[in-house]
Amino acid sequence: MFEFINTLLIGITSGSIYSLMAIAIVLVWRSTRVVNFAAGGVALASTFVGATILESTGSFWIALPIGMLAGAALSSFIEYFFLRPLLKRSGEKTQEIFLPIIATLGILGVIKAVLHFIYGDKIGVISPPLSDKGFIVSGESIALSPLRLMILGVVLALMITLTLIFQRTNLGLSLRAASFAPEISRLSGIRVDAIRTLGWAISGAAGATAGILQTTNGAGSVTPEAFEFSLLLVFGFVAAVIGGIESLVGAVIGGVTLGIILAIILMYVGGSLVFFAAFIILILVLLLRPNGIIGVKGGRRA
Amino acid sequence: MVAVHNRHITNKHRFIGFFLIGLVVYILSNIVDEWRAYQGATVAVFVVAIASVILLTGYSGQISLGHGALLAVGAYTAALTQIYFSAPIWICFAAAVIMTALVGAILGTAAARLSGPYLAGTTLAFAVGLPSIANQFSILGGEQGISFDAGWPPLSLGESFTQYKWFLWIATLTALISMWWVQNILRSRYGRSWRALKSNEVAAEICGITIGRSKVLAFTVSAGIAGLSGALLAMTMNNVSPSSFPLALSFFIATGAVLSGVSTLGGVMIGSVALVAIPLIATSASDRWSGSQSLATVLPDFIVSALLILTVFLAPKGPIEKLRSRHSK
Amino acid sequence: MLRIKNLVVDHGAIRALHGVSISIEKGQLAAVIGANGAGKTTLLRTLSGLNKATDGSAAWGEINILHSKPESLVRYGISHVSEGKSVIPELTVSENLELGALWRRNRKESEKSKKDVVDLFPRLGERLSQRADSLSGGERQMLAIGRSMMAKPQLLLLDEPSLGLAPLVVEQIFQSIRDLTTALGLTVVLVEQNAMGALKIADIGIVLNLGSIAATGSAAALRDDPAVRAAYLGF
Repeated sequence: MFEFINTLLIGITSGSIYSLMAIAIVLVWRSTRVVNFAAGGVALASTFVGATILESTGSFWIALPIGMLAGAALSSFIEYFFLRPLLKRSGEKTQEIFLPIIATLGILGVIKAVLHFIYGDKIGVISPPLSDKGFIVSGESIALSPLRLMILGVVLALMITLTLIFQRTNLGLSLRAASFAPEISRLSGIRVDAIRTLGWAISGAAGATAGILQTTNGAGSVTPEAFEFSLLLVFGFVAAVIGGIESLVGAVIGGVTLGIILAIILMYVGGSLVFFAAFIILILVLLLRPNGIIGVKGGRRA
Repeated sequence: MVAVHNRHITNKHRFIGFFLIGLVVYILSNIVDEWRAYQGATVAVFVVAIASVILLTGYSGQISLGHGALLAVGAYTAALTQIYFSAPIWICFAAAVIMTALVGAILGTAAARLSGPYLAGTTLAFAVGLPSIANQFSILGGEQGISFDAGWPPLSLGESFTQYKWFLWIATLTALISMWWVQNILRSRYGRSWRALKSNEVAAEICGITIGRSKVLAFTVSAGIAGLSGALLAMTMNNVSPSSFPLALSFFIATGAVLSGVSTLGGVMIGSVALVAIPLIATSASDRWSGSQSLATVLPDFIVSALLILTVFLAPKGPIEKLRSRHSK
Repeated sequence: MLRIKNLVVDHGAIRALHGVSISIEKGQLAAVIGANGAGKTTLLRTLSGLNKATDGSAAWGEINILHSKPESLVRYGISHVSEGKSVIPELTVSENLELGALWRRNRKESEKSKKDVVDLFPRLGERLSQRADSLSGGERQMLAIGRSMMAKPQLLLLDEPSLGLAPLVVEQIFQSIRDLTTALGLTVVLVEQNAMGALKIADIGIVLNLGSIAATGSAAALRDDPAVRAAYLGF
């Protein structure tokens, strides 16, 4: 029982980081109908920015927001200079998703190469700001450490902020309207192009947070070729798809579910099956619900 | 009318074309050194792999980001067939095709219900998940993998006939045969129904095409070809291990498909040559001009990625279609 | 006033409007009628900036309409309710309304406009917190018109508000449009399949046929014109 609860705690923590990545992917999908693999590159680059800031200031709490800003800036840069002209040209044909995917893969490759060139073999260090030693409960150390608590807190705070922005502010209303019905939104006076760029910016900030938290939760350092970031991207995407790719709530449910199940498999079945399990979970969910847990049947929009 | 007439190429013309390509490779194989022969074999492997993606995405409209895993299925099947049945290499290739086609049929059955981002996500998870199970079963050799030996070239070819030249011959011949078969199937009833599906599913269904069955068939055929290229890849590497089939391989093949022009099979050589040649050119260029070590490691990836972005922007239908449309104007 | 001169619009290789000239005075309700494919919707979409014009000119007062984006034209008082109950089903009724006034960045004004719309369509007032996809067809049309009223437009472009509605509901909607026009001094371009109903409430009528103007005149005159009756009114 004790072990099981520990496994759950580990799963929830990593799952909450996948959720952030899933949110980054969902936000871009909703605003531009693009599966954005460049999100992995944005997360990676902002983690390096965060590591650089951390190195010079020594404060995690300065490094995190600046890393988020960097992620937002890079992500909106990508939207403005690459995806917007690309989608304008393809005439917003919604069924064509292969080429934009490939374009974002290319951008991911460029970002990695540039980082590699700048940083060479140096690694970006994001050492945990708090202790990762578990709390002691009735004489035994549990998996919940101050660090894990902080990660959960940051993710939760970010989700609450996002929910408030989306549900309570005019900006959030514009973001939702522009993603559901771009044409009606334009006719209502919403500057949809600018709102899309903003959606990418928020996505970039969420991805940056995911990258920084993943690094400090894991190895504590990052390289341009870090396998951890490929995994973060893949699991984030899988979580987004499980959740129905359209829904922020779905992204969170998908991420946490994936995190918990993978932690259980890692603990009780064997580490080498974790990746295959992610595939099986996805297949099972999609066979039962082809549009994800919170998916809308049949893509209503034009 | 003239344009239509020009494009009318008969099967005989095609056969002559294939024969000429084979002849050119044969002549080259006698001139080039061993290292070039190895690269030539790699090009042939990528031709087959890229063709399998183009068939799926360009002709039937389905997306796969997981073809690297299908290559792995083919490679492991070929190696296991050799180890446990001591089968000749041709049998191993055939087993790879059949086994991978089977896996493709299963995956395709799930895929046929999915579209867009759901399909992309599923195939991506497949690419990450499948190779890793090799660690779980000792029969698959774990991280070290298992060996796959194409054998020495027959003595009748002469004593100076090298191993890599032999690989080049096998890979080229296999590639030519499979391309011949692929372009035939694309012009058959099935090929036409895939294209109908791609342009408009509803219209295709009204015309009597069973969407599900047709999509699964496309996935199965594509997987079979991917399995063949996996077996060829295993041959050139002498070995099959999980690390030979990383996620990057799936992306690499998709990249090759886009560089070739994802909507036509005609440019398949362009992408495969580019994938093999660019890293070499980039390395020698950075050696010559800067000598910087970090630039040399970064440049190939950078060029491939940048070229990918440029292709998507400037020639989204691929270089061949680009030239064609320029000529017809 | 709205002045359209020699407007030419192409959809790819197909010419949808062949040099159309129309002039509508301020405060008038103009009905644009014609068969399917006559270019009615294209005309509206060009006026609101959704479609690009190939040639010609269109001006609303001093403002050149062509070459402007829809989101800018809203700021000049031009509001377009597109075809087919243009509401966003995922949002609540209240949010749909607020959307129309977001660009004004003025919460107080927006609340006041919302009250005005609810006064106009009391049925919407009862359903403010429901999702828009729970509304009936007629209510959705009211919501769509209500949303565009939130922008305080002077020129209202309406695309087939009667589409898919029951005859009794159509009558109500048409009556509301007439009332709005008179009460607020709006200028309205009403595109309709339902030629008879539209001509009944309109001041002037414009008949489009295959991208050109076939007839134009006062609504009453068109209603009595035997040729128009035979071709478009069905009796």
